[in-house]
Amino acid sequence: MAEDRIAVYFCHCGSNIAGKVDVDKVVAWAAEQPNVAIAREYKYMCSDPGQDLIKEDIQQHGINRVVVAACSPTMHEPTFRKAAAAAGLNPYLLQMANVREHCSWVTVDKGEATEKAKRILNAQIHRLPFNEALDPIEVPVNPAVLVVGGGIAGIEAALKLAATGKKVYLVEKNPSIGGHMAMFDKTFPTLDCAACILTPKMSAAGKDPNIELMAYSEVVEVDGYVGNFKVKVKKKARFVNTDTCTGCAACLETCVVRKVPSEFDQGLGKRSAIYIPFPQAVPLRATIDAEKCLTLKGKKCKQPCVTSCGPGAIDFEQKDELVELEVGAIIMATGFELWDPGQDARYGYGRLDNVITSLEFERISNASGPTNGEIVCKNGEPPKSVAILHCIGSRDLNYQEHCSRVCCMYSLKFSHLIKEHLPDTEVYELYIDMRCFGKGYEEFYRRLMDEGVHMVRGRAAEVTDLAMSPEEEGRLIVKTEDTLLGIVRRIPADMVILSSGLAPAKDAKAVSQTFGFGCSGDGFFLERHPKLEPVSTITDGIFIAGCCQYPKDIPDTVAQAGAAAAGALALVDNPTVKVEPTISYIDPEKCAGCHICVGLCPHVAIRYNEELKVAEVITAACKGCGVCVAACGSNVPQQHGYLDNQIFAEIEGAMAF
Amino acid sequence: MSKFKFAMYWAGSCGGCEIALLEIKEKIVEVDQNYEVVFWPAATDFKYKDVEGYDDGFIDVCLFNGCIRNSENEHLAKVLRAKSKVLVAFGACATMGGIPGLANVASAQEIKDLVYRDSPSIDNPDGIYPQERYEVPEGVLDLPHMYDTVKTLDQTVDVDYYVPGCAPEAGQIAAVLDVVTAALKGEGPLPPKGSTVGVSPKTCCEECKRVKEEKKITSFRRIWEFLPDPEKCLLEQGLICMGPATHAGCGARCTGVGMPCRGCYGAPDGVLDQGAKMLSTVASIVDAPTPEEIAVIAATVPDPVGTFYRFGLPSSLLRRARV
Repeated sequence: MAEDRIAVYFCHCGSNIAGKVDVDKVVAWAAEQPNVAIAREYKYMCSDPGQDLIKEDIQQHGINRVVVAACSPTMHEPTFRKAAAAAGLNPYLLQMANVREHCSWVTVDKGEATEKAKRILNAQIHRLPFNEALDPIEVPVNPAVLVVGGGIAGIEAALKLAATGKKVYLVEKNPSIGGHMAMFDKTFPTLDCAACILTPKMSAAGKDPNIELMAYSEVVEVDGYVGNFKVKVKKKARFVNTDTCTGCAACLETCVVRKVPSEFDQGLGKRSAIYIPFPQAVPLRATIDAEKCLTLKGKKCKQPCVTSCGPGAIDFEQKDELVELEVGAIIMATGFELWDPGQDARYGYGRLDNVITSLEFERISNASGPTNGEIVCKNGEPPKSVAILHCIGSRDLNYQEHCSRVCCMYSLKFSHLIKEHLPDTEVYELYIDMRCFGKGYEEFYRRLMDEGVHMVRGRAAEVTDLAMSPEEEGRLIVKTEDTLLGIVRRIPADMVILSSGLAPAKDAKAVSQTFGFGCSGDGFFLERHPKLEPVSTITDGIFIAGCCQYPKDIPDTVAQAGAAAAGALALVDNPTVKVEPTISYIDPEKCAGCHICVGLCPHVAIRYNEELKVAEVITAACKGCGVCVAACGSNVPQQHGYLDNQIFAEIEGAMAF
Repeated sequence: MSKFKFAMYWAGSCGGCEIALLEIKEKIVEVDQNYEVVFWPAATDFKYKDVEGYDDGFIDVCLFNGCIRNSENEHLAKVLRAKSKVLVAFGACATMGGIPGLANVASAQEIKDLVYRDSPSIDNPDGIYPQERYEVPEGVLDLPHMYDTVKTLDQTVDVDYYVPGCAPEAGQIAAVLDVVTAALKGEGPLPPKGSTVGVSPKTCCEECKRVKEEKKITSFRRIWEFLPDPEKCLLEQGLICMGPATHAGCGARCTGVGMPCRGCYGAPDGVLDQGAKMLSTVASIVDAPTPEEIAVIAATVPDPVGTFYRFGLPSSLLRRARV
């Protein structure tokens, strides 16, 4: 074998690295190390001239191993490996030394940072002689795409993909798609009717021959890898045959259990035990709530639903069904939850009548809502005064630090709707800052100021029913500091709307684990790169769109859904995809057949060969997670790219001085 | 034909290795035919000055058992290295540190304090400790200096071959002697220097006859707590059996009679640290959904150092506890 000729490139990353690390000192030191033939520094190694340095040295100076000391390998390892490959070097003979995230960004003292950079670099210089040349494994791509979540993001992504002719599975956990947007009356700032713009898309998604709509279903298991995911979906029993049900709603009228709080109406309206969540539901099929239905609870019922159903679609024997799907890409569009304002007792939610959430107001103001669009208090009377409290559970270090981005605008929309319905009602907006950043948003704010809404700059401190004067008697009092007037105010109101922030879904973390990517600190799904890859995740082939990633308004959600669809299409439109060859292998001469690894492999990529009495890796199924490598007591499974001698050499290099 | 020169020495160990040599039974006659004993304190009356007086390389083969616990062990290791053509680290203590190596969790002083002062059965009101030098009318008496750290033979001198086991299995000893004798007679090659000899490939599990299936452990148990199923893998029954991280060669005799493997044959080829590797294995098969439940199960592991590093603490990456 030819002698090792290592080239070291030390990136300044502008001042990101060079501001802390004495680059010249480290490079001079590196040049003296064993096997190092060339050591260079450059301002931006990821730039074209930076990459050209690597290519030239490989081609002109016989370099056969490369270490780039720069940022995290998750950032630019592919960039540099591509450059090495372009110059004819096997890309797996290039290693990154992360001197930015692991060193300059997290080290205070310049001297220490310089010493640390040397150690990080030395680890890779020691490792490189043990690196093997590897070839990527090319696997076929399944052209179908799974979209999880049937809100506006999921619908949009599914429609875009279906339009390209790809098969799309759209999985929604609720009986109907539509998500939160279907609950809204109007949308800001254009005041478009939400239903008018959403229901055509819902209907199109329901009818598209390329979209297999799986409502009332949940993903329970995900296996596989980019291009080849195997997904298990639980189709929850509706106890209604969806093939024969026509959605005529005759059963709804006859059901004897009639007072179930409607989820769609935020509990303000009632539904029956057999129900269709809202008239425009897609699919327009009835569902029996097993927890409320007398028959399913084992109680006596004359079953009027059965007698009233013309096509005989009621089926009490129906069971949950597990369906296995094979797809090449996955788009997560699982949305958000409204932050529960009951967590902060000061606002009286759940304790004081007429303190309602923003989503409850959406339903109250909605023409097809529980009050038929009449804005009324619990007693049926229209409010004479309404206070809208911003930033409930948002921009609050006690709860959620983030700004939920939509609350200012929907609050202004509420003011407009109230003024439209009840011109004589006083409306107060209690805000910290008015954040009106989108197209037409600032203009909408100005318009509202002309509509006679009282803008009070101050975060509400408390909502109470404790009257301190006769005119406060029987009303809600919002206590706040008006920071513009510099006084503490008590604002009497008949209705208080809590503009709750957007929170990650309660099961976001569990879902992210099922699919094998992560959540950021705020609990929303973590994108691969906040700027350049906002719709990708760290798992190749899984994309994210909409509010599951971060709070956003409808235009941003739709745009992101399109981007995610494009990302998925760019993947599944290819016949094959290259996957990392860093997978494990088992030497049958060494395996003692103890079975420890067999049951542990999360990808079922290890089988026991009864004839040879040894474990075997199924190459096509192995994802290179390393579980078997860690578990084996005798180090028989080894993983390419993470061999023991490579890792020990790294440790020795890091601790060499 | 003159006989080859044989030596055996007992450093920091229990003496089991000496007995094990006799376990080869009638084969010992063959050893006697081929070898002349020139040093074997357990069996023959030679003095240190005798061996110190030999020419370098005088001894053809020396089986050195026991760890390097004190200055006397170290001195003899150096002497025997110089005098022997082939120096064999014989048994778990010489190869890995062995049971005495567990003393590396404490310092020499802590050990003496426990043994001569703090142990509940000790009555030592004057606080008398053994002294390394003591003058009596007849002259000076001395004891070897006890080191803080137990070392293996190869951490002290250069070693040619390793024969693991506590004690090495008789069949393996006989096989090793056959190879060395043949080589000395010029009838066959010696194994490459540094080899572990007297072992079989793979791990103890290969030799163990028990039925092995997928392993999921919900609690660890000790052997006195229950009667293990005679057919089933002991690890699957919650006994920490070191078999998966232990070199084969013993014939899995312990697991054959229901005792979990204690790891005396050392790490299999390619494993740097037997205890760490077994810990990784055991951690992989603990079956619990939450970190809290895992902690509860992990707490049932008895004596972790004594379990995972029963024979190998001095030769492990840990080497010893900080003093």
